[in-house]
Amino acid sequence: MVRQTTKKLIKTIIMKKFLFIALASSVSINASFAQKYLSKTAHVRFFSETPMEKIEADNHQGTTVVDFEKKEMVFTVLMKSFEFDKALMQEHFNEKYVESATYPKATFKGKFTPKGELALVKDGSYPVTLEGTMELKGKVNPIKAEGVFKVEKGALSGTSKFKITLSDYGITIPGPVKDKIAPQVEVTVDAKYDAYKK
Amino acid sequence: MHIKSRLLAGALALLISAPVAFAQDDLMDILNESEPEEAKTEYAIATFKSTRLVAGHSIETNGKGVLNVLIGHRFGRVNEGAKEFFGIDNAKMRLGLEYGITDNINIGFGRSTFQKCYDGFIKYKVLRQSKGKKKMPLSMTLFASMAIVSQDYADPTRENYFTSRMYYSYQIMIARKFSERLSFQLTPTIVHRNLVKTADDANTVFALGAGGRVKITKSFALNLEYYWVPQNQIVSAFDGQKVRDSFSVGFDLETGGHVFQIHATNSRGLHEKAFVTETNGDWGAGDIHIGFNISRVFTVYNKNKFKQRKADRLAKKAAKA
Repeated sequence: MVRQTTKKLIKTIIMKKFLFIALASSVSINASFAQKYLSKTAHVRFFSETPMEKIEADNHQGTTVVDFEKKEMVFTVLMKSFEFDKALMQEHFNEKYVESATYPKATFKGKFTPKGELALVKDGSYPVTLEGTMELKGKVNPIKAEGVFKVEKGALSGTSKFKITLSDYGITIPGPVKDKIAPQVEVTVDAKYDAYKK
Repeated sequence: MHIKSRLLAGALALLISAPVAFAQDDLMDILNESEPEEAKTEYAIATFKSTRLVAGHSIETNGKGVLNVLIGHRFGRVNEGAKEFFGIDNAKMRLGLEYGITDNINIGFGRSTFQKCYDGFIKYKVLRQSKGKKKMPLSMTLFASMAIVSQDYADPTRENYFTSRMYYSYQIMIARKFSERLSFQLTPTIVHRNLVKTADDANTVFALGAGGRVKITKSFALNLEYYWVPQNQIVSAFDGQKVRDSFSVGFDLETGGHVFQIHATNSRGLHEKAFVTETNGDWGAGDIHIGFNISRVFTVYNKNKFKQRKADRLAKKAAKA
């Protein structure tokens, strides 16, 4: 009788310990390896090329959060923070094309699917497919793009390159500059992420 | 059984509700928390399309490294009739260059047909309208110019001094962009004239300019400009006609790097001293000049390209050493 109870007791203790260890280890994994990553200095560049004119603009103030548990990410960028080589181009971009006073931000919301194993604890490149919606100038369109998450010496970064058709977002190019602005612009995104702590 | 069914119901509810709530919204919340709107300063851009309202300057300056070539025309008066082709036979013009030393400091130079006048100016944008972290309700630009009239002396028989050819103008331009469509500017002005016609004429004339812009489409705007000269400062007539306040109406049309402005005005000159102190047209009598400005900007100095070239040079040097 006594023996049986001790056996039971030992059993439960072992069980509990195991549970505790399992819990503790899962917590410690979470602590050492966050699931959410944030960047406030993401670089966004867009590029338009026609035989007449090459237009580039850079923005180093993109903000983005990635959740590796749910495989989701969001990305926003302030339109006014795009820097052009020519001051007047920057003014026209904000005033006439994207109307940044009315629509200050562009936003991407979506999910990503890793193409293989995605182990952030190991250094390496992890290609993913991004799928979601892009909001620009008040218009929302579905978008699909290829991207890569990279871990280098424990630091996480993400890059992607895709094309945007201006007319999808209600951006019309007036006649006189039609041959200077490409109907499709190429967008390059490059973000260095930090672990997000509440 | 009871507990089980409850649990089941709960799990079901969770399953159903989860996809309904927008999946990425919590991530958006993280972004909004980490980047509050108030933390950034947002400057008002393009209060006016051009560095001029009509004849007078606007608070706008050319960006760093930008060279702006301005060609301004004023035809004769519309009421000169068909023989003078409603004034078009009798055009006066100003050729001008402006350059952005920095985004806020501009210098400029011009030569007008009217009185064979040379003018040079410096313009400094002191305040920029902004909201967000730094709040500033107004933009302000300071302006100083000098003009030298090179036409023959009115009376060559008397002793003439070179200084009598010189005129100075100072302006404080204060503007606010009220909305995407509407901008307004006030321009207190002083024009100093070294030589005036009679002792009753003031050498230093005070005036208050006011102007506005209403944007009609993205590339098309209506401009108004008025310079009020309080009475008893200018008593002598100019060209046989009483000196009046300058009033102008104009349209801006913008395409890429060009701004095309077309005006109707009672002023002839395109320089401060000319339109503030020498406007003698009477709108009521049809003394209206049709005019236009064309401006074209050229980016002479490009920050990024300059940096790139410098980096290349340094890299070459390093490779040699």
